[in-house]
Amino acid sequence: MSTIIKAENLTFSYADEPAGHPPVLKNINLEIESGSFVAILGHNGSGKSTLAKHINALLTPTEGKLWVEGLDTADPNNLLDIRGKVGMVFQNPDNQIVASVVEEDVAFGPENMGVPPGEIRERVDTALKMVGMYDLREHSPHLLSGGQKQRVAIAGIIAMMPRCIVLDEATAMLDPVGRKETVDTIRDLNEKYGMTVILITHHMDEAAQAQRLIVMASGQIIDDGPPKEVFQHVDTLRASGLSVPETVALLYELRQEGLDVPLDALSDEECAAILADLLK
Amino acid sequence: MEPIIEIKNLTHIYSPNTPFEQTALDNIDLTIYRGEYLGIIGRTGSGKSTLIQHLNGLMKPTAGQIFFEGQDIWSSKELTHSIRFQVGLVFQYPEYQLFEETVYKDIAYGPKNMKLDEAEIDRRVRRAADFAGLSDEVLERSPFELSGGQKRRVAIAGVIAMEPKVLILDEPTAGLDPAGSASILANIEAYRKANNATIIFVSHSMEDVARITDRLVVVSHGTLPYVGTPREVFSHGEDLEKLGLSVPAMNRVFSRVRAMGVNIDPAVYTVEQAKAAFLEAYRRREGV
Repeated sequence: MSTIIKAENLTFSYADEPAGHPPVLKNINLEIESGSFVAILGHNGSGKSTLAKHINALLTPTEGKLWVEGLDTADPNNLLDIRGKVGMVFQNPDNQIVASVVEEDVAFGPENMGVPPGEIRERVDTALKMVGMYDLREHSPHLLSGGQKQRVAIAGIIAMMPRCIVLDEATAMLDPVGRKETVDTIRDLNEKYGMTVILITHHMDEAAQAQRLIVMASGQIIDDGPPKEVFQHVDTLRASGLSVPETVALLYELRQEGLDVPLDALSDEECAAILADLLK
Repeated sequence: MEPIIEIKNLTHIYSPNTPFEQTALDNIDLTIYRGEYLGIIGRTGSGKSTLIQHLNGLMKPTAGQIFFEGQDIWSSKELTHSIRFQVGLVFQYPEYQLFEETVYKDIAYGPKNMKLDEAEIDRRVRRAADFAGLSDEVLERSPFELSGGQKRRVAIAGVIAMEPKVLILDEPTAGLDPAGSASILANIEAYRKANNATIIFVSHSMEDVARITDRLVVVSHGTLPYVGTPREVFSHGEDLEKLGLSVPAMNRVFSRVRAMGVNIDPAVYTVEQAKAAFLEAYRRREGV
């Protein structure tokens, strides 16, 4: 597997921050494999959104480097290429819709990139099919549900054919059904089309679905590994203002009572199997 | 229990007599009690927002009535006006509605509109800030230089400063990290206890409503198909799923345990309840 994102000693401070204020990101070292599905968890203000904005060069490091497929984000000549490789989806779907017809909204990105009209048509149709919104292509976006709007925003990114998609709390404003639609869509993009997905979230159940989970606190990476491992570090996560899925919380409580149970049950099924075993 | 708000035959129709006519609330009856912690769950577009905006007179019923402490809130202009202070409404993402130069002024906006004297306004601002978990030092700062979580607290304090008897919060913890959410929920509970206030909590988290509310209302297609304790409401798991809602994670896990042939009551909804139920079953079995 090749590396798509690489950060080396990345430190970032906002220019207008008073002197002596700790940097938002401190000495981050990170490699993300092409085609992987990575979730980033962290308390409010942990620096996770700031890190996300470095990945498509909306922000550039104060110190250190970040490369996207070997392109240095600090070099202005690389900007167009990097934006073509990394697409971002933000929290509020209403702030990301620009057109009054779904398919025109999706076409906005490739049009700006100078893609020929015939190919735009093809890309838009493919993107809308990938997120399950093709049937609503002629609808007005403002009449869609939150989950549908986020899927349109994702289609707009896909139509630019990036190598990597970064979702910055893209499910925070959605109801449970909208969240599921969005997460299922990005899982599909990752599994079927090999797109690299970086999902920033506060929802432990979404983070549990990634292959790799990175935990940030106070501008640093404090944990990194498969969700099954990371979520076993209950005390560390709680100390950083985070929590664990309820299945893990229950098993943790049972351990405190002296029961010998594993902590790595992230799904309902796994947790139920462990409990049933002890009661049979 | 003493009723504080009574909703009788409430119907709300958007754009009536036009091709866009849409019934958002359809003949709803509900009694809300003083001091209770009421949860409201429902999908986006179910009518929840329309419902809560009727409770403080922001929206007027197409048909039916809303009574506050026994009086129809639309019976006089003065009453409708005073209801806005007695039933406080904190919208989703309220931090986007901050506008004053300092946190103090922003929190004082409500009490000022109530035409209270300076000393009373000052007392209320400080008390509200305290309930919302804001330190004195923050009061003189601009709300715009605060973090998202702090801004949310300022917005909540602005409503609490009116000292409402009913406090309605639409997803007050959306977008906050788990520690921030827990802390805001604790602040809300402190306000309820200190004032015997009614809290109406709109949430998408089945786990949260199961843990903290006394009673739950399900809103679906403009009607209230289920009203009861979380235990009663969540016992209709399959029907809730058909409505696009779900049951708390612990309930799903215990239903599975039962389906695996273990004789255990699946009616648990929080980690605490699940732990107690499991340990009881486990010890009973060990004791045999």
